[in-house]
Amino acid sequence: MLANYGYTDGSGTYYITIDTDKCNGCADCAKACPQQMFVVEPDDYDEMKALIKEKMRKDVKYLCAPCKPTSGPRRLPCMIACTPEAIEHSW
Amino acid sequence: MPEEKKPEYWRWHEYTWKADNMDWKGHEFITAGVDIGSVSSKALIMVDDKIYSYSLYRTGSSSPDSAHKAIKGCLDGTGMSIDDIKFVVGTGYGRVNVPFAHKTVTEIACHARGANYMNSAVRTILDMGGQDCKAILCNELGKVVQFLMNDKCAAGTGRGMEVVSDLLSVPIGDIGPMSLSVDREPPPVSSTCVVFAKTEAVGLLREGFTVSEVLAAYCSAMAHRVVTLIQRVGIQKEFAITGGISKNSGVVKRLEKELGLEAVKMDPDPQLAGAIGAALFARDLLAKKMGKAAV
Repeated sequence: MLANYGYTDGSGTYYITIDTDKCNGCADCAKACPQQMFVVEPDDYDEMKALIKEKMRKDVKYLCAPCKPTSGPRRLPCMIACTPEAIEHSW
Repeated sequence: MPEEKKPEYWRWHEYTWKADNMDWKGHEFITAGVDIGSVSSKALIMVDDKIYSYSLYRTGSSSPDSAHKAIKGCLDGTGMSIDDIKFVVGTGYGRVNVPFAHKTVTEIACHARGANYMNSAVRTILDMGGQDCKAILCNELGKVVQFLMNDKCAAGTGRGMEVVSDLLSVPIGDIGPMSLSVDREPPPVSSTCVVFAKTEAVGLLREGFTVSEVLAAYCSAMAHRVVTLIQRVGIQKEFAITGGISKNSGVVKRLEKELGLEAVKMDPDPQLAGAIGAALFARDLLAKKMGKAAV
């Protein structure tokens, strides 16, 4: 399942996509994220999968901003930490 | 002078339904799904794999009370008590506040499952609820493949439609047909925000547009807004609309036109998709608990 967490507003589209078919529930993303946005919990089908905390889904643009410099190379800790490459950012 | 009571134009049809000639006694698999949305509360009882009864009410200020009222609507006149229901799954916005639920499942998974039950050919579901809007892709088993939601803004939602109904003094059930009665489509209102859309609707009225034309403008803006959401996940046949807005022909027709695809019919009621899905999840969980296959 491709789980898209985030929103579209007047300024753009902000989604963090977690591919639950790739996610192995290792929680490395949860440890890597400086904002602690990720958590590993049983999903609706009772499998341990990473997701974005509910309270943070409406603020991803701002919460992710410190990891996204406007110039220079962009190295997102969550994406680097995720060995199965299950995480993607839309912006 | 007694104060005149203002008609409640936004008030939509609340009802309950029970299957005739169906006996629940002696059946093992009696489960229920309770879907507490931000605007409407739905409860549905399933006996084996058939729908036994359901109710659809407005959500009050207290989610637990709404959940009790909804399940009571299903039980009244059946001789069944809440203890006869073996497993209850809560879903929807207020799912954590269903006191008698054994488990909660997100409305995304429930809508996919419920839509699959009503029509197994459905692969794309657009859930247009009271307070948010979701695009869901599912497989042939009703399992979610992808989802995307728009819960940051109220555009494309039932609450927005209620506001407009009240503003223009048009009963909510008449909005669809009235908006389709216009000869020409007026310029759509702002397609990003329901609050600004209300302001714009007032502006259009002042400019001399008729009420029907303003409704058309609002419905087309709402349709356009969700089309962008659904195009992001990529539409696959068959396509279904669930949630309260699915009953508004003004939005549905414009949405179908913009997508170039007709939405399939959902029986008994597209607004029940979440509750049906929850009752089906309850069936699976009950089977797991009892250690045998569901009947």
